[in-house]
Amino acid sequence: MAASRMVVVALCALTLAACTPSVNGELLVSAASSLTDAFADVETAFEAANPEVDVVMNFGSSSSLREQIIEGAPVDVFASANTSNMDQVVEAGEVDGGEIFVTNLLQIAVPVGNPAGIVGLEDFANEELLIGFCAEAVPCGDFGRQALENAGVTPAIDTNEPDVRALLTKIEAGELDAGITYVTDVLSSDGAVEGVEIPGEFNVVAEYPIAALVNAPNPDAAGAFVEFVLSDEGQSILASYGFSSP
Amino acid sequence: MKPARGTGGPPVLLIILGISGLAVFALPLAGLLARTPWAKLGSLLTGDVVTDALGLSLLTSLAATAIAAIIGVPLAWLLARVDFPGRTIARGLVTLPLVLPPVVGGAALLFAFGRRGLFGQPLNEATGLLLPFSVWGVILANTFVAAPFLVITVEGALRNLDQRYEGAAATLGASRWTLLRRVTLPMIGPSLVAGLVLTWARALGEFGATITFAGNLQGRTQTLPLAVFVALESDRDAAIALSLVMVAVSLTVLVALRERWWKGF
Repeated sequence: MAASRMVVVALCALTLAACTPSVNGELLVSAASSLTDAFADVETAFEAANPEVDVVMNFGSSSSLREQIIEGAPVDVFASANTSNMDQVVEAGEVDGGEIFVTNLLQIAVPVGNPAGIVGLEDFANEELLIGFCAEAVPCGDFGRQALENAGVTPAIDTNEPDVRALLTKIEAGELDAGITYVTDVLSSDGAVEGVEIPGEFNVVAEYPIAALVNAPNPDAAGAFVEFVLSDEGQSILASYGFSSP
Repeated sequence: MKPARGTGGPPVLLIILGISGLAVFALPLAGLLARTPWAKLGSLLTGDVVTDALGLSLLTSLAATAIAAIIGVPLAWLLARVDFPGRTIARGLVTLPLVLPPVVGGAALLFAFGRRGLFGQPLNEATGLLLPFSVWGVILANTFVAAPFLVITVEGALRNLDQRYEGAAATLGASRWTLLRRVTLPMIGPSLVAGLVLTWARALGEFGATITFAGNLQGRTQTLPLAVFVALESDRDAAIALSLVMVAVSLTVLVALRERWWKGF
């Protein structure tokens, strides 16, 4: 056994691949819904590098993922869209501490053609328009409210959606005139929604922390996955979806 | 009821499985009660999130039940009594919301009655009426998901009704309206009540179609289940308090109607 392990280590060293052959089995990753598209690619690349591992993605709002973890869901890795949800998981003793792996910016999302003629945050005060937000507990809802506060705008909100994907779906369908989502959401929508810039002085930088859970059922694979996300390969995949390295 | 003589009581396996069945329903409730912050329940229950959601839930679920009665009973009558082409398909359409995931129902409602929807767009252009993100949207979502309970129950009752009673009344000169009012409806009364209660209960608990079609805004579209869902992620104690309100409201109505409902069967 020891000899074969050494051979593997030697092979890894030779090929310089980020391979950790000891990792295998199922790996449950709970990730913020704004990571849906990017992490699907990360999953593919990680599984290609670690063929023995089957990554299972559990996407949702960071706040609902946090609750699942605190209530004992057998999660291996948690990637949150803000630090406060990670902090609460740390407080609950489920994680030792998260590491920021990407940052993201906010952008106003509007239906194709911008039928309501949204030009900026000030339009969010218009009672005539249908304005959507993420719920307050959800990171995109929290950040969006911060941005409006920075701009001194009191929004006339028509709905608080459970996560950023639900909000985007309604904007795509043209049922809402505008909502605040992430730059990455507009980019990965492939033209299904259009973006309107939020000026830098009002915008909020969303920091995404990732961590392997203390009680991860598959700790080796969890560690390897976090390492992969932080690696150059992982970062370049995330960058292709519009995320910035911290 | 005592088991038949000589069987030596119910089989042990049956008892174990039966009690397991009961546990499936009882344990979650026990979990909810165990986590309840009794000391601050009073202040939680008088918060505006709870009172707004409770008022809206009662309003929309009762409105949906009323609409279900107005259009559902005639529909049940047509399905039970009139042999029209496509009746099987019509019956299938009515049953569909019972098995369809509510979120699919909500999306379908959005595509039909949304601002850009098949019927929603002309409706909006002609009248300025906008169903999504309004209390009307909640009522429509509730009706779509819950009314089938009434239609199916009443249709079943009408089909099982011995039509000779109506025939006899007609021979004695009763008009069609009197017939319906004095003979048919009283005979299906218990089923009608059961259908209304089921419809109301389903509407009260509606979540998926509502949040998908009508959105989520406190005081306008945030019903009790939506408020629970949102509060679970921001204020756990408030979520539990809201859940208790739902349990209490449901139990009160079920107990109050027990006499009329259960004895009807």
